[in-house]
Amino acid sequence: MGERAMDLRYSQTDEKFRNELRAWLADAVPAHGTVPAEGDWDARRGYDTGWQRKLYDAGYAGINWPAEYGGRGAPLSEQLVYYEEIARARAPYVGVNFVGLLHGGPTLIVEGNDEQKAAHLDAILKGEEVWCQGFSEPSAGSDLASLRTRAVREGDDYVIDGHKIWTSFAQVADYCELLVRTDPDAPKHKGITWLILDMRAAGIEIRPLRTIIGGTEFGEVFFDRVRVPVSQRVGPENEGWRIANVTLRFERGTSFASQMVELKRFLAELVDAASRVTRHHASAWDDAALRREIGHMQAESDALWAMVKLSVSQANESGVPGIGGSAVKLVYSELYQRVGELAMRLIGRAALSWDDVGGWPNKRFLYSGMQSLSLSIAAGTSQIQRNIIAERILGLPKDR
Amino acid sequence: MDFQPSTEQKALQEGIRAFCEDRISLDVLPALAEAGGFDRVLWKELAELGVFSLRLAESQGGIGLGAADVVLVFEELGRRLAPGPIVWSELAAGLIEGAATGDCVVGGLDLVQVDVEPHMIEHLDALDALILLREDGLYRTTPDALQATPIDNPLDPLTPVHAVTSLSLSSLSSLSKAERIADAETAKRWRLDAMAQSAALALGIAEATLELALAYAKEREQFDRTIGSFQAIKHMLADMFTRQELARASVYAAGATLDHPEVGDVEQAVRGAKLIAGEAAMKNARACVQVHGGMGYTWEIPAHYYLKRCWVLENGFDAGHAHADWLADRLGAGATDGG
Ligand SMILES: Cc1cc2nc3c(=O)[nH]c(=O)nc-3n(C[C@H](O)[C@H](O)[C@H](O)COP(=O)(O)OP(=O)(O)OC[C@H]3O[C@@H](n4cnc5c(N)ncnc54)[C@H](O)[C@@H]3O)c2cc1C
Repeated sequence: MGERAMDLRYSQTDEKFRNELRAWLADAVPAHGTVPAEGDWDARRGYDTGWQRKLYDAGYAGINWPAEYGGRGAPLSEQLVYYEEIARARAPYVGVNFVGLLHGGPTLIVEGNDEQKAAHLDAILKGEEVWCQGFSEPSAGSDLASLRTRAVREGDDYVIDGHKIWTSFAQVADYCELLVRTDPDAPKHKGITWLILDMRAAGIEIRPLRTIIGGTEFGEVFFDRVRVPVSQRVGPENEGWRIANVTLRFERGTSFASQMVELKRFLAELVDAASRVTRHHASAWDDAALRREIGHMQAESDALWAMVKLSVSQANESGVPGIGGSAVKLVYSELYQRVGELAMRLIGRAALSWDDVGGWPNKRFLYSGMQSLSLSIAAGTSQIQRNIIAERILGLPKDR
Repeated sequence: MDFQPSTEQKALQEGIRAFCEDRISLDVLPALAEAGGFDRVLWKELAELGVFSLRLAESQGGIGLGAADVVLVFEELGRRLAPGPIVWSELAAGLIEGAATGDCVVGGLDLVQVDVEPHMIEHLDALDALILLREDGLYRTTPDALQATPIDNPLDPLTPVHAVTSLSLSSLSSLSKAERIADAETAKRWRLDAMAQSAALALGIAEATLELALAYAKEREQFDRTIGSFQAIKHMLADMFTRQELARASVYAAGATLDHPEVGDVEQAVRGAKLIAGEAAMKNARACVQVHGGMGYTWEIPAHYYLKRCWVLENGFDAGHAHADWLADRLGAGATDGG
């Protein structure tokens, strides 16, 4: 038997990496304390970026970033080990670092110039810079290319006027991936530009929006003659649509990996809760229908993780994830929603409280059950993912 | 870790695909059904191609490959609805003389699976040797040792079946000629291999039905547009694609785990794959009928062959619900393959 692939074995180097990472996490995670209270955004930023700094100092920041930009440049197998171990150790979530680390930084690596890379990449890895994503607008969500926030050139600056919405972590961000319209007369995909916006610039107003789970993780951002130096443009003027698609590929392709491992653990917690729920003198876990449903979800979550491994193995040379990420995202969103809903159904009327009651993990179950609704909306709705698969993979006619 | 099939493996798969497209084109299915769902010449050609001897050592006339390669090959066989007891014969190669070369057609009955009676056996008339798979081992007997009534109207026109009338489940003593040829452990391993192979066949069906539906969606016009431009159809096809890719990942993982049990729980991987791929095949075959509209409901469009084969596969080596139950039990016992 020669060199054959379809091999899921981790190498000794991978396992050595796993052991080191696991040992490090075993001390580092408990030492980092608990997540700050909901709504205290300064504390949250400190918590998330503090964790990022620890990862950086230990050599684990930017696991999939190339080494020349300060990342670990880990081979794909080590990336998978990383996601597995991070979830296993219940390490802090990337949180406010999400945009910078998982798609803003990676976009700069592929499309930014040397000054832009030097200015931001290291800072993102160290947790010194927090980014947000200013793509969506009130009338440009799924139809992102119809965005209207204007940028008019005045000397060496672009002057921005407009309105973004659902901007996650805007209130704690230092920079923003901003999509603006630079040519209102061109066809909609051809007049967009990708800018690095300094969130401290004059003329920016942020108004938080309350989410379905009661928090304020996203908000509206208003721009009134905000000046952005032309040097902050990524790529050529009016080529922002292509670059935005690189950003979206990263966002849809690799950014959810650790949550998929997390899903497996969530299933185990469901089983634990089911064995403690009493119904008709038996436990809910004795309910054949419930067991079957959970067993089915287990098969799906194993298959999903295999799908991630397969798509990671197929990632192309440039490291930009393929459009197959849309299929992964579809499966993940749908499965997570069903699991979350089952969790809430399981605890019956106890689910009427967000706060833990009677020893039930309300916070966790309700959070999963309700927060998962965003999965099929954010980063492109499930309908849009289906359009992408139908048009770009299967070659069916475009919607418009 | 490199989960993608290698260039070599892709070439192996393409070879099988080319053969199947040539020899088992969709046009020959009616004639094949007419001939009782089995073609000895084709069987021999499959054997010469190495389909049954993939895992035999080279010293035994095989190619010395692993379960991962087998699932790749079976994916192609499923895509073209390759007829005959291919799963049993591949398993029997190396254990039963002539199975690998296609000279002895081996079929079987899985007596571990809990099912309604009577037991239904596939392809009995074509068999030269019959294996009874029980928890305590494998028993070899001759096809005529079973008293069985042929079914006039099998669900799958390409899978003839007999209803077994004489088999006493609890004792094999009624089968005077049954010879125990392998132990319990081998029997267990056979079931796992058979589940993985059935899952791979189902993956092939999920792919083939998407391919058929997609081609029709691009060509059929209504309201002066191709139906593939209607979003309801596009999204149905996108879901078929997603199911196919999920099934692919789980089937490949089953093959890879059988080859290297240290990467996870073999039974969990294999049962998960059978469940996921079985569901993908069934749902895609149904969607394929729907995309074809009235034509989909006819015997002329091959969608029905695929859907019917799905039922054959679904009900072999445990149905989806049994796999789900097993997985739940495993999860409850706390022995999950934690990632
Ligand atoms: C939790 C969360 C965080 C977010 N964070 C950010 C962020 O940080 N930065 C940012 O820029 N944006 C962010 N978004 C916005 C998100 O990207 C948009 O909400 C999303 O793209 C959908 O746009 P929309 O809300 O305008 O919905 P719409 O586009 O109005 O869609 C409404 C409904 O119509 C359907 N629909 C629309 N077009 C089609 C079509 N062509 N075919 C079929 N159905 C269609 C949609 O699927 C949806 O069901 C976030 C959203 C959420 C929920």
